[in-house]
Amino acid sequence: MAHDHDHHHDDDHQHGSELSEMQLRVRALETVLIEKGYIDPAALDAVIEAYETKVGPHIGAAIVAKAWTDPQFRKALIEDATKAVQSFGVINRVGDHLIAVENTPKQHNMIVCTLCSCYPWEVLGLPPVWYKSAPYRSRAVSEPRGVLADFGVTLPKDTQIRVWDSTAETRFIVLPMRPEGTEGWSADKLAALVTRDSMIGTGLPKSPGEVA
Amino acid sequence: MDGIHDMGGMYGFGKVEAEPDEPVFHEKWEGRAFAMTRAISYTGVWPIDRSRFAQEKLPPEVYLSVSYYKRWELGLEKNLVDLGLVGDDEIRQGHALRPGKALARKLKPADVPGSLTRGSFSRPPQAAALFKPGDRVRTKNLHVETHTRLPRYARNRVGVIEAIRGCHVFPDTVAIGAGEDPQWLYTVLFDGRELWGESSDPTLTVSIEAFEPYLEAA
Repeated sequence: MAHDHDHHHDDDHQHGSELSEMQLRVRALETVLIEKGYIDPAALDAVIEAYETKVGPHIGAAIVAKAWTDPQFRKALIEDATKAVQSFGVINRVGDHLIAVENTPKQHNMIVCTLCSCYPWEVLGLPPVWYKSAPYRSRAVSEPRGVLADFGVTLPKDTQIRVWDSTAETRFIVLPMRPEGTEGWSADKLAALVTRDSMIGTGLPKSPGEVA
Repeated sequence: MDGIHDMGGMYGFGKVEAEPDEPVFHEKWEGRAFAMTRAISYTGVWPIDRSRFAQEKLPPEVYLSVSYYKRWELGLEKNLVDLGLVGDDEIRQGHALRPGKALARKLKPADVPGSLTRGSFSRPPQAAALFKPGDRVRTKNLHVETHTRLPRYARNRVGVIEAIRGCHVFPDTVAIGAGEDPQWLYTVLFDGRELWGESSDPTLTVSIEAFEPYLEAA
Protein backbone atom coordinates (compact mmCIF):
# COMPACT_ATOMS: atom_id res chain seq x y z
CA MET A 1 0.00 0.00 0.00
CA ALA A 2 1.32 3.40 -0.98
CA HIS A 3 2.03 5.81 1.84
CA ASP A 4 -0.99 7.89 2.48
CA HIS A 5 -0.65 10.66 4.98
CA ASP A 6 -4.24 11.70 4.77
CA HIS A 7 -5.10 10.44 8.22
CA HIS A 8 -5.47 13.55 10.31
CA HIS A 9 -9.08 13.26 11.34
CA ASP A 10 -9.73 13.58 15.05
CA ASP A 11 -11.63 10.33 15.30
CA ASP A 12 -8.81 8.47 13.67
CA HIS A 13 -6.33 9.78 16.18
CA GLN A 14 -8.27 8.15 18.94
CA HIS A 15 -8.84 4.89 17.17
CA GLY A 16 -5.65 4.34 15.22
CA SER A 17 -5.94 4.79 11.49
CA GLU A 18 -2.13 4.63 11.63
CA LEU A 19 -3.02 0.96 11.29
CA SER A 20 -0.84 -0.14 8.44
CA GLU A 21 2.09 2.09 9.39
CA MET A 22 1.83 1.12 13.04
CA GLN A 23 1.25 -2.54 12.33
CA LEU A 24 4.54 -2.60 10.43
CA ARG A 25 6.39 -0.51 12.96
CA VAL A 26 5.26 -2.57 15.94
CA ARG A 27 5.95 -5.82 14.14
CA ALA A 28 9.46 -4.61 13.30
CA LEU A 29 10.16 -3.68 16.91
CA GLU A 30 8.77 -6.97 18.19
CA THR A 31 11.02 -8.89 15.78
CA VAL A 32 14.07 -6.95 16.94
CA LEU A 33 13.25 -7.55 20.62
CA ILE A 34 12.69 -11.28 20.05
CA GLU A 35 15.92 -11.62 18.09
CA LYS A 36 17.77 -9.73 20.80
CA GLY A 37 16.43 -12.22 23.33
CA TYR A 38 14.60 -9.56 25.38
CA ILE A 39 11.03 -10.79 24.99
CA ASP A 40 9.09 -14.02 24.45
CA PRO A 41 6.17 -13.51 22.03
CA ALA A 42 4.12 -16.15 23.86
CA ALA A 43 4.34 -14.00 26.99
CA LEU A 44 2.98 -11.06 25.00
CA ASP A 45 0.03 -13.25 23.94
CA ALA A 46 -0.61 -14.09 27.59
CA VAL A 47 -0.46 -10.43 28.67
CA ILE A 48 -2.95 -9.43 25.96
CA GLU A 49 -5.26 -12.32 26.79
CA ALA A 50 -5.20 -11.41 30.49
CA TYR A 51 -6.28 -7.82 29.86
CA GLU A 52 -8.82 -8.78 27.19
CA THR A 53 -10.47 -11.59 29.12
CA LYS A 54 -9.55 -11.69 32.80
CA VAL A 55 -8.82 -8.30 34.30
CA GLY A 56 -11.63 -5.81 34.00
CA PRO A 57 -14.32 -3.77 35.76
CA HIS A 58 -16.16 -6.93 36.83
CA ILE A 59 -13.51 -7.20 39.57
CA GLY A 60 -14.25 -3.72 40.87
CA ALA A 61 -17.98 -4.38 40.59
CA ALA A 62 -17.68 -7.46 42.80
CA ILE A 63 -15.75 -5.40 45.36
CA VAL A 64 -18.36 -2.65 45.37
CA ALA A 65 -21.25 -5.11 45.63
CA LYS A 66 -19.52 -6.83 48.52
CA ALA A 67 -19.07 -3.47 50.26
CA TRP A 68 -22.78 -2.76 49.79
CA THR A 69 -23.77 -6.01 51.47
CA ASP A 70 -21.08 -6.51 54.09
CA PRO A 71 -20.55 -3.58 56.49
CA GLN A 72 -17.35 -5.04 57.90
CA PHE A 73 -15.86 -5.39 54.45
CA ARG A 74 -16.95 -1.87 53.59
CA LYS A 75 -15.18 -0.55 56.66
CA ALA A 76 -12.02 -2.53 55.86
CA LEU A 77 -12.15 -1.32 52.25
CA ILE A 78 -12.27 2.34 53.26
CA GLU A 79 -9.54 1.87 55.86
CA ASP A 80 -7.11 -0.02 53.63
CA ALA A 81 -8.38 -1.06 50.22
CA THR A 82 -5.20 -2.90 49.24
CA LYS A 83 -5.50 -5.15 52.27
CA ALA A 84 -9.26 -5.58 52.08
CA VAL A 85 -9.26 -6.50 48.43
CA GLN A 86 -6.45 -9.01 48.88
CA SER A 87 -8.30 -10.85 51.60
CA PHE A 88 -11.34 -10.83 49.32
CA GLY A 89 -9.18 -12.74 46.86
CA VAL A 90 -10.55 -11.39 43.58
CA ILE A 91 -7.33 -12.05 41.71
CA ASN A 92 -3.98 -13.50 42.75
CA ARG A 93 -2.95 -10.43 44.61
CA VAL A 94 -3.74 -6.79 44.08
CA GLY A 95 -0.73 -4.52 44.13
CA ASP A 96 -0.09 -1.87 46.68
CA HIS A 97 -1.53 1.58 47.21
CA LEU A 98 -5.20 1.06 46.32
CA ILE A 99 -7.52 3.59 47.95
CA ALA A 100 -11.32 3.36 47.95
CA VAL A 101 -13.23 6.64 48.21
CA GLU A 102 -16.86 6.60 49.19
CA ASN A 103 -19.67 8.61 47.65
CA THR A 104 -22.24 9.96 50.08
CA PRO A 105 -25.38 12.07 49.64
CA LYS A 106 -23.12 15.05 50.40
CA GLN A 107 -19.99 14.22 48.39
CA HIS A 108 -19.35 12.80 44.93
CA ASN A 109 -15.86 11.58 44.07
CA MET A 110 -14.23 11.57 40.65
CA ILE A 111 -10.86 10.10 39.62
CA VAL A 112 -8.50 11.52 36.98
CA CYS A 113 -4.84 11.46 36.03
CA THR A 114 -4.09 14.88 34.54
CA LEU A 115 -0.43 14.04 33.83
CA CYS A 116 -0.77 10.67 32.08
CA SER A 117 -3.21 7.80 32.49
CA CYS A 118 -2.85 6.35 36.01
CA TYR A 119 -5.78 4.06 36.67
CA PRO A 120 -6.50 1.11 38.99
CA TRP A 121 -5.81 -1.58 36.37
CA GLU A 122 -6.07 -4.47 38.79
CA VAL A 123 -9.65 -3.73 39.71
CA LEU A 124 -10.95 -1.95 36.58
CA GLY A 125 -8.75 -3.29 33.77
CA LEU A 126 -7.19 -0.95 31.24
CA PRO A 127 -8.67 2.54 31.01
CA PRO A 128 -11.04 3.58 28.22
CA VAL A 129 -9.81 6.02 25.56
CA TRP A 130 -11.78 8.93 27.00
CA TYR A 131 -10.06 8.59 30.38
CA LYS A 132 -6.68 9.09 28.68
CA SER A 133 -7.92 11.86 26.39
CA ALA A 134 -7.09 15.57 26.56
CA PRO A 135 -10.72 16.66 27.11
CA TYR A 136 -11.07 14.54 30.26
CA ARG A 137 -7.61 15.19 31.65
CA SER A 138 -7.89 18.95 31.13
CA ARG A 139 -11.43 19.49 32.43
CA ALA A 140 -11.97 16.96 35.22
CA VAL A 141 -10.06 19.06 37.77
CA SER A 142 -11.53 22.45 36.81
CA GLU A 143 -15.08 21.77 35.65
CA PRO A 144 -16.13 18.30 36.78
CA ARG A 145 -19.82 19.15 36.49
CA GLY A 146 -19.31 19.93 32.83
CA VAL A 147 -17.59 16.58 32.39
CA LEU A 148 -20.43 14.86 34.22
CA ALA A 149 -22.86 16.58 31.85
CA ASP A 150 -20.94 15.04 28.92
CA PHE A 151 -21.78 11.69 30.52
CA GLY A 152 -25.42 12.69 31.00
CA VAL A 153 -25.04 12.95 34.77
CA THR A 154 -26.45 15.87 36.77
CA LEU A 155 -25.85 16.07 40.51
CA PRO A 156 -27.67 18.30 43.00
CA LYS A 157 -26.20 21.83 43.09
CA ASP A 158 -25.08 21.51 46.69
CA THR A 159 -23.34 18.14 46.34
CA GLN A 160 -19.65 18.59 47.04
CA ILE A 161 -17.48 17.38 44.16
CA ARG A 162 -14.15 15.90 45.17
CA VAL A 163 -11.68 15.25 42.36
CA TRP A 164 -8.69 12.98 43.01
CA ASP A 165 -5.77 13.62 40.68
CA SER A 166 -3.69 10.42 40.56
CA THR A 167 -0.30 12.11 40.51
CA ALA A 168 1.63 9.31 42.27
CA GLU A 169 1.47 5.51 42.55
CA THR A 170 -1.61 5.58 44.74
CA ARG A 171 -4.66 4.36 42.79
CA PHE A 172 -8.26 5.21 43.46
CA ILE A 173 -11.59 3.46 43.05
CA VAL A 174 -14.89 5.15 43.80
CA LEU A 175 -17.34 3.30 46.02
CA PRO A 176 -20.64 4.58 44.62
CA MET A 177 -23.88 4.76 46.60
CA ARG A 178 -26.08 1.70 46.56
CA PRO A 179 -29.14 2.36 44.39
CA GLU A 180 -32.55 2.63 46.00
CA GLY A 181 -34.90 -0.29 45.59
CA THR A 182 -32.25 -2.98 45.97
CA GLU A 183 -33.07 -4.09 49.51
CA GLY A 184 -32.41 -7.77 50.00
CA TRP A 185 -30.44 -8.15 46.75
CA SER A 186 -27.49 -10.52 46.76
CA ALA A 187 -23.98 -9.25 46.07
CA ASP A 188 -24.01 -11.07 42.72
CA LYS A 189 -27.21 -9.36 41.66
CA LEU A 190 -25.97 -5.98 42.86
CA ALA A 191 -22.70 -6.32 40.94
CA ALA A 192 -24.68 -6.09 37.68
CA LEU A 193 -25.63 -2.52 38.66
CA VAL A 194 -22.04 -1.38 39.15
CA THR A 195 -20.73 0.24 35.97
CA ARG A 196 -17.10 0.99 35.25
CA ASP A 197 -17.88 4.70 35.07
CA SER A 198 -19.54 4.63 38.49
CA MET A 199 -16.22 3.45 39.92
CA ILE A 200 -14.35 6.30 38.18
CA GLY A 201 -16.96 8.82 39.26
CA THR A 202 -18.17 9.86 35.81
CA GLY A 203 -21.31 7.79 36.16
CA LEU A 204 -23.76 6.41 38.67
CA PRO A 205 -24.72 2.77 39.20
CA LYS A 206 -27.63 1.49 37.16
CA SER A 207 -31.04 1.55 38.76
CA PRO A 208 -32.83 -1.78 39.38
CA GLY A 209 -35.17 -1.05 36.47
CA GLU A 210 -32.26 -0.93 34.01
CA VAL A 211 -31.26 -4.55 34.58
CA ALA A 212 -34.70 -6.07 35.03
CA MET B 1 8.70 19.37 32.83
CA ASP B 2 6.20 22.01 31.77
CA GLY B 3 5.05 19.99 28.80
CA ILE B 4 1.89 19.32 26.84
CA HIS B 5 1.16 16.24 28.97
CA ASP B 6 0.40 18.49 31.96
CA MET B 7 -3.19 19.19 30.93
CA GLY B 8 -5.10 19.97 34.11
CA GLY B 9 -7.19 23.13 33.69
CA MET B 10 -6.45 23.74 30.00
CA TYR B 11 -9.22 24.94 27.73
CA GLY B 12 -10.06 24.06 24.18
CA PHE B 13 -10.00 20.27 23.99
CA GLY B 14 -13.76 19.99 23.73
CA LYS B 15 -16.23 17.48 25.09
CA VAL B 16 -15.40 14.12 26.59
CA GLU B 17 -16.55 11.55 24.07
CA ALA B 18 -17.15 8.09 25.47
CA GLU B 19 -17.29 5.17 23.06
CA PRO B 20 -20.04 2.65 23.80
CA ASP B 21 -18.84 -0.96 24.20
CA GLU B 22 -15.24 0.05 23.70
CA PRO B 23 -12.85 -2.86 23.08
CA VAL B 24 -9.73 -3.19 25.28
CA PHE B 25 -7.55 -2.73 22.18
CA HIS B 26 -8.83 -1.16 18.97
CA GLU B 27 -6.16 -2.72 16.77
CA LYS B 28 -3.94 -5.75 17.17
CA TRP B 29 -0.78 -3.65 17.23
CA GLU B 30 -2.05 -1.74 20.27
CA GLY B 31 -2.10 -4.97 22.27
CA ARG B 32 1.38 -5.89 21.00
CA ALA B 33 2.81 -2.45 21.85
CA PHE B 34 1.20 -2.57 25.29
CA ALA B 35 2.43 -6.09 26.02
CA MET B 36 5.94 -5.32 24.75
CA THR B 37 6.14 -2.38 27.12
CA ARG B 38 5.02 -4.63 29.98
CA ALA B 39 7.53 -7.31 29.03
CA ILE B 40 10.42 -4.84 28.84
CA SER B 41 9.36 -3.23 32.09
CA TYR B 42 9.41 -6.72 33.68
CA THR B 43 13.11 -7.03 32.84
CA GLY B 44 13.74 -4.13 35.21
CA VAL B 45 15.81 -2.10 32.75
CA TRP B 46 13.99 1.10 33.62
CA PRO B 47 11.37 2.33 36.10
CA ILE B 48 7.87 3.40 35.11
CA ASP B 49 8.66 7.09 35.49
CA ARG B 50 11.27 6.79 32.78
CA SER B 51 8.52 5.52 30.49
CA ARG B 52 6.34 8.48 31.44
CA PHE B 53 9.20 10.93 30.89
CA ALA B 54 9.93 9.50 27.42
CA GLN B 55 6.35 10.26 26.39
CA GLU B 56 6.44 13.73 27.94
CA LYS B 57 9.47 14.54 25.79
CA LEU B 58 7.64 13.79 22.54
CA PRO B 59 7.10 16.99 20.52
CA PRO B 60 3.76 18.51 21.60
CA GLU B 61 2.24 18.17 18.14
CA VAL B 62 3.12 14.47 18.14
CA TYR B 63 1.86 13.94 21.69
CA LEU B 64 -1.51 15.45 20.79
CA SER B 65 -1.99 13.90 17.38
CA VAL B 66 -1.10 10.24 17.81
CA SER B 67 -3.17 7.58 19.52
CA TYR B 68 -2.46 6.52 23.09
CA TYR B 69 -0.69 3.27 22.34
CA LYS B 70 1.35 4.87 19.59
CA ARG B 71 2.70 7.19 22.32
CA TRP B 72 3.61 4.08 24.30
CA GLU B 73 5.36 2.60 21.30
CA LEU B 74 7.30 5.79 20.59
CA GLY B 75 8.31 6.05 24.24
CA LEU B 76 9.41 2.42 24.26
CA GLU B 77 11.55 2.90 21.16
CA LYS B 78 13.11 6.03 22.62
CA ASN B 79 14.09 4.39 25.89
CA LEU B 80 15.40 1.26 24.16
CA VAL B 81 17.59 3.35 21.88
CA ASP B 82 18.69 5.84 24.57
CA LEU B 83 19.82 3.00 26.84
CA GLY B 84 21.66 1.26 24.03
CA LEU B 85 19.46 -1.85 24.15
CA VAL B 86 18.42 -1.50 20.51
CA GLY B 87 19.94 0.51 17.67
CA ASP B 88 18.04 2.91 15.43
CA ASP B 89 19.42 0.92 12.52
CA GLU B 90 17.90 -2.27 13.91
CA ILE B 91 14.47 -0.66 14.26
CA ARG B 92 14.72 0.59 10.66
CA GLN B 93 15.77 -2.84 9.41
CA GLY B 94 13.26 -4.71 11.52
CA HIS B 95 15.95 -7.16 12.56
CA ALA B 96 18.66 -7.45 15.21
CA LEU B 97 22.07 -6.58 13.77
CA ARG B 98 23.97 -7.22 16.99
CA PRO B 99 23.47 -9.59 19.94
CA GLY B 100 21.27 -8.33 22.78
CA LYS B 101 22.58 -7.24 26.15
CA ALA B 102 22.12 -9.53 29.15
CA LEU B 103 19.03 -8.46 31.12
CA ALA B 104 18.14 -9.47 34.67
CA ARG B 105 15.06 -11.47 33.67
CA LYS B 106 12.69 -12.19 30.83
CA LEU B 107 8.90 -12.43 31.00
CA LYS B 108 7.74 -15.99 30.27
CA PRO B 109 4.10 -17.02 29.82
CA ALA B 110 4.10 -18.70 33.23
CA ASP B 111 5.21 -15.43 34.87
CA VAL B 112 2.36 -13.42 33.41
CA PRO B 113 -0.32 -13.96 36.12
CA GLY B 114 2.14 -12.87 38.81
CA SER B 115 3.30 -9.92 36.72
CA LEU B 116 -0.26 -8.53 36.73
CA THR B 117 0.28 -7.55 40.35
CA ARG B 118 1.81 -4.12 40.64
CA GLY B 119 5.03 -3.89 42.53
CA SER B 120 5.22 -1.81 45.66
CA PHE B 121 6.62 1.71 45.50
CA SER B 122 6.99 1.91 49.29
CA ARG B 123 10.50 2.35 50.62
CA PRO B 124 11.97 2.85 54.10
CA PRO B 125 11.95 6.56 54.99
CA GLN B 126 15.16 8.58 55.07
CA ALA B 127 13.78 10.92 57.73
CA ALA B 128 10.63 11.54 59.73
CA ALA B 129 7.67 13.03 57.84
CA LEU B 130 7.66 16.84 57.97
CA PHE B 131 3.89 17.18 57.82
CA LYS B 132 0.86 15.57 59.42
CA PRO B 133 -2.82 15.50 58.52
CA GLY B 134 -4.42 18.90 59.06
CA ASP B 135 -1.24 20.88 58.33
CA ARG B 136 -1.51 23.77 55.89
CA VAL B 137 1.07 23.58 53.14
CA ARG B 138 2.00 25.58 50.06
CA THR B 139 3.14 23.76 46.96
CA LYS B 140 6.41 25.11 45.66
CA ASN B 141 6.61 27.06 42.44
CA LEU B 142 8.78 24.48 40.72
CA HIS B 143 9.54 24.49 37.00
CA VAL B 144 11.99 21.65 36.51
CA GLU B 145 12.99 20.73 32.99
CA THR B 146 12.88 17.02 33.80
CA HIS B 147 10.11 14.70 34.98
CA THR B 148 7.98 15.78 37.92
CA ARG B 149 4.56 14.83 39.26
CA LEU B 150 3.56 18.24 40.59
CA PRO B 151 1.05 19.51 38.02
CA ARG B 152 1.21 23.15 36.94
CA TYR B 153 -2.31 23.99 38.09
CA ALA B 154 -1.38 23.02 41.65
CA ARG B 155 1.89 24.93 42.05
CA ASN B 156 2.26 27.79 44.50
CA ARG B 157 -1.15 26.96 46.00
CA VAL B 158 -2.17 26.53 49.62
CA GLY B 159 -3.82 23.29 50.62
CA VAL B 160 -4.24 20.99 53.59
CA ILE B 161 -2.57 17.67 54.23
CA GLU B 162 -5.37 15.13 54.29
CA ALA B 163 -3.41 11.89 54.59
CA ILE B 164 0.11 10.49 54.67
CA ARG B 165 0.40 7.73 52.09
CA GLY B 166 3.75 6.35 53.17
CA CYS B 167 7.24 6.84 51.84
CA HIS B 168 7.62 6.16 48.11
CA VAL B 169 10.14 6.08 45.28
CA PHE B 170 10.59 9.71 44.15
CA PRO B 171 9.60 10.02 40.46
CA ASP B 172 11.64 13.19 39.89
CA THR B 173 14.94 11.42 40.53
CA VAL B 174 14.21 7.87 39.45
CA ALA B 175 13.00 9.05 36.02
CA ILE B 176 16.42 10.48 35.21
CA GLY B 177 18.50 7.68 36.65
CA ALA B 178 19.37 9.64 39.79
CA GLY B 179 18.19 6.97 42.24
CA GLU B 180 14.99 6.24 44.16
CA ASP B 181 15.58 8.89 46.85
CA PRO B 182 12.40 7.83 48.76
CA GLN B 183 10.13 10.67 49.90
CA TRP B 184 7.01 10.98 52.00
CA LEU B 185 3.84 11.10 49.96
CA TYR B 186 0.76 13.06 51.01
CA THR B 187 -2.75 13.63 49.77
CA VAL B 188 -3.06 17.42 49.67
CA LEU B 189 -6.52 18.91 49.36
CA PHE B 190 -7.22 22.29 47.70
CA ASP B 191 -10.36 24.37 47.57
CA GLY B 192 -11.51 24.90 43.99
CA ARG B 193 -11.22 28.68 44.41
CA GLU B 194 -7.58 28.41 45.45
CA LEU B 195 -6.88 26.69 42.12
CA TRP B 196 -9.29 28.41 39.74
CA GLY B 197 -10.16 31.70 41.35
CA GLU B 198 -13.48 33.22 42.28
CA SER B 199 -15.28 31.78 39.29
CA SER B 200 -14.61 28.23 40.49
CA ASP B 201 -17.46 25.88 41.22
CA PRO B 202 -17.98 26.55 44.96
CA THR B 203 -18.63 22.88 45.64
CA LEU B 204 -15.29 21.77 44.15
CA THR B 205 -12.29 20.42 46.01
CA VAL B 206 -9.33 18.79 44.28
CA SER B 207 -6.55 16.68 45.73
CA ILE B 208 -3.17 15.76 44.38
CA GLU B 209 -0.74 13.16 45.65
CA ALA B 210 2.29 15.30 46.54
CA PHE B 211 5.80 14.23 47.46
CA GLU B 212 7.34 16.07 50.39
CA PRO B 213 9.94 18.00 48.31
CA TYR B 214 7.00 19.67 46.50
CA LEU B 215 5.71 21.19 49.75
CA GLU B 216 6.53 23.84 52.32
CA ALA B 217 4.67 24.86 55.48
CA ALA B 218 2.08 27.60 54.98
